[in-house]
Amino acid sequence: MTSANTAGSTGNGLSLHQQRQKAAFWFLAPMLAALFCVAAWPLMRTVWFSLTDTSLNDLYGGKWIGFDNYLSVRTLASGKVIYRGTLVDPAWWNAVWNTVRFSVVSVLCETVLGLMVALVLNAEFRGRGFVRAAILIPWAIPTIVSAKMWAWMLNDQYGIINDMALRLGLITDKVAWTANSDTAMYAVLMVDIWKTTPFMALLCLAGLQMVPRDIYEAAKIDGIHPVKVFFRITLPLIRPALMVAVIFRMLDALRVFDLIYVLTPNSKATKTMSVISRENLIDFDKFAYGSAQSTLLFVILAVFVLLYIWLGRVDLSGDGGK
Amino acid sequence: MSYGFKGRVLRSSAVLALASALATPVMAEEIFYVSGAVGNAVENFKTLVKPWEEATGNTVTLVPMPASTSDQFGQYRLWLAAGATDIDLYQTDVIWAPQLADHFVDLSEAAKDLAPQHFPSIIQSQTVNGKLVALPIFTDAPALYYRKDLLDKYGVAVPTTWDELTAAAQKIQDGERAAGNADFWGYVWQGNAYEGLTCNALEWIKSFGGGQIVEPDGTISVNNPNAVKALETAKGWVGTISPEGVLAYQEEEARGLWQTGNAAFMRNWPYAYGLGNGDDSAVKGKFAVATLPKGTADDTSAATLGGWNVAVSKYSKHQDIAISLALYLAGPEAQKQRAIAETNLPTIVALYDDADIAAAAPIIPQWKEVFLNAVPRPSAPTLGKYNEVSSKFWSAVHETLSGNGSAADNLEVLESDLTELKGSAW
Repeated sequence: MTSANTAGSTGNGLSLHQQRQKAAFWFLAPMLAALFCVAAWPLMRTVWFSLTDTSLNDLYGGKWIGFDNYLSVRTLASGKVIYRGTLVDPAWWNAVWNTVRFSVVSVLCETVLGLMVALVLNAEFRGRGFVRAAILIPWAIPTIVSAKMWAWMLNDQYGIINDMALRLGLITDKVAWTANSDTAMYAVLMVDIWKTTPFMALLCLAGLQMVPRDIYEAAKIDGIHPVKVFFRITLPLIRPALMVAVIFRMLDALRVFDLIYVLTPNSKATKTMSVISRENLIDFDKFAYGSAQSTLLFVILAVFVLLYIWLGRVDLSGDGGK
Repeated sequence: MSYGFKGRVLRSSAVLALASALATPVMAEEIFYVSGAVGNAVENFKTLVKPWEEATGNTVTLVPMPASTSDQFGQYRLWLAAGATDIDLYQTDVIWAPQLADHFVDLSEAAKDLAPQHFPSIIQSQTVNGKLVALPIFTDAPALYYRKDLLDKYGVAVPTTWDELTAAAQKIQDGERAAGNADFWGYVWQGNAYEGLTCNALEWIKSFGGGQIVEPDGTISVNNPNAVKALETAKGWVGTISPEGVLAYQEEEARGLWQTGNAAFMRNWPYAYGLGNGDDSAVKGKFAVATLPKGTADDTSAATLGGWNVAVSKYSKHQDIAISLALYLAGPEAQKQRAIAETNLPTIVALYDDADIAAAAPIIPQWKEVFLNAVPRPSAPTLGKYNEVSSKFWSAVHETLSGNGSAADNLEVLESDLTELKGSAW
């Protein structure tokens, strides 16, 4: 109502730019309100919970305890100093390390493989549309379904992976992929790479199609080796698209939960930050402690994104180019 | 993390719904019952509740959940914390009562005639500060399943100690593999890092005379030479008589290997008995059960006390109907049906002498002996911290079995972790 009034009475007093900004605000308002409800408010609640001693049995009865869930220092009568809290919890740092390892390896593999797939798909060949659609299938399957499917395929006794590898002579004994703490991380990585490579391929492909064809033609006429063409022309030109794709994947990978929860729920070798905070929030009677871990997860993600944008000079403004 | 907000909305809508339910006359209602899906429980549920549905005119819908009790607990805890009105009755594990007591209706008044018919120890386990949180619908105590035909073939007696079991399993496994079945294993059990491993490991430790992790008076007893010996024994099975994948097995994976005829021994709950004798089973009629082995001839066998109960949600819109269903499910009629169809052990004492059950499931009267050896998990002394205690315990055991650190080292660390978790009191 106010917008109608102001637009009607003072419409002439505003410049076109100001009018457009006003209109844009009202178009954005519903989305901002929705974002506040589903993102900002829960986030603020979580931060608040992390500073209290709330338990899941009584969500409104928490008392303020400051930063004790993060770090508390107590001096015993004997003079011994004890540190407690998430920041000195070895289980938490193990989870952080697992998450970082998982994210770096999976995103690296997915980027390289995705780029390779995209280069193939960028070439002209018969049935390209069909292959492009088919390659998206792993990405389209819900993670829970694909994780469960892989869990059966990776089963040590009746899993098809062991059966095929045995027949091909790659292994001599059946491998307990998800049970063994040495192979659990590989199993999880394998499934994640299988699942998300198509996503990377799609984003890379979008970048590749922006590259003008005539540059390649010029390079061809000059007789430049294809490898050199890739590193000197293709890669620099798709870098902005690639950087954005990597940041999306990295954010996804750093908060990975569903895949690990289904494949190897309690294995110390694969427990990530999300898995461990859920465990504290729900399974254990430590809601506030889990909230502190969720908050830390958020902080780590935020710091990572800021660093990445700053280091890579990624342009997320949508104006394109540098 | 907006459960709080959601909870408030749900709770106020529950009040509204309750008010409108009181205003309108009684009519047929749809009741939602949530339960983990193991074996044929889901298929049998319809038949099980039919008499109650016909008698009351209400209908019951089963909401199936994953088989893992840890997964169920997480989901139920969320629903209950949010005051969800969608679920009227919860099928609860024997260890949950102290942790979820606040969210369930006190059944002691409604069940004052029924409760005394049950084993007093089970009713006791579901009573928290005088409040009867849940009614037992069946109890569980695992046993050693063995292949009669193979024991006869190799001239082996039913093992009574873990060493005998190891030797027998090895002998049969070697023989069967030489005969051409390369996928044959001696012994399968539940080694995944979850609540089931706590049950398995508690049995090993207890049957070696190593106590029960946390004693009823709250003392942490897990770090002792007998417990170390028990875990070292179990570690020796992984990769020899048990597949390495056993470290990812839960009940159903172990049963899968067993029921396809690829294992000589299995540790499992009674539900596997009826299924193993099903028409699609490769081991139909070829197996029997015995009490689990013990450490040495001087020790006693131990079986972890399991069992499931039915609890009525405080947030249900149809509490009276739900209570009536709970009483029916915990009553003699439903327990008898369950005993016959699913080989679930009744919790009503008189049913162990029931002629129909003895005829249909001859194993149940015999199971009374297993049940009498049952050892409870330390959920009573550790109260709200039980899940964390159990998780720390199964992690230490899983690490040991996977070869990360020796049993002695891991138990020492576990003891110090538990002491810290306990603080001044549980």
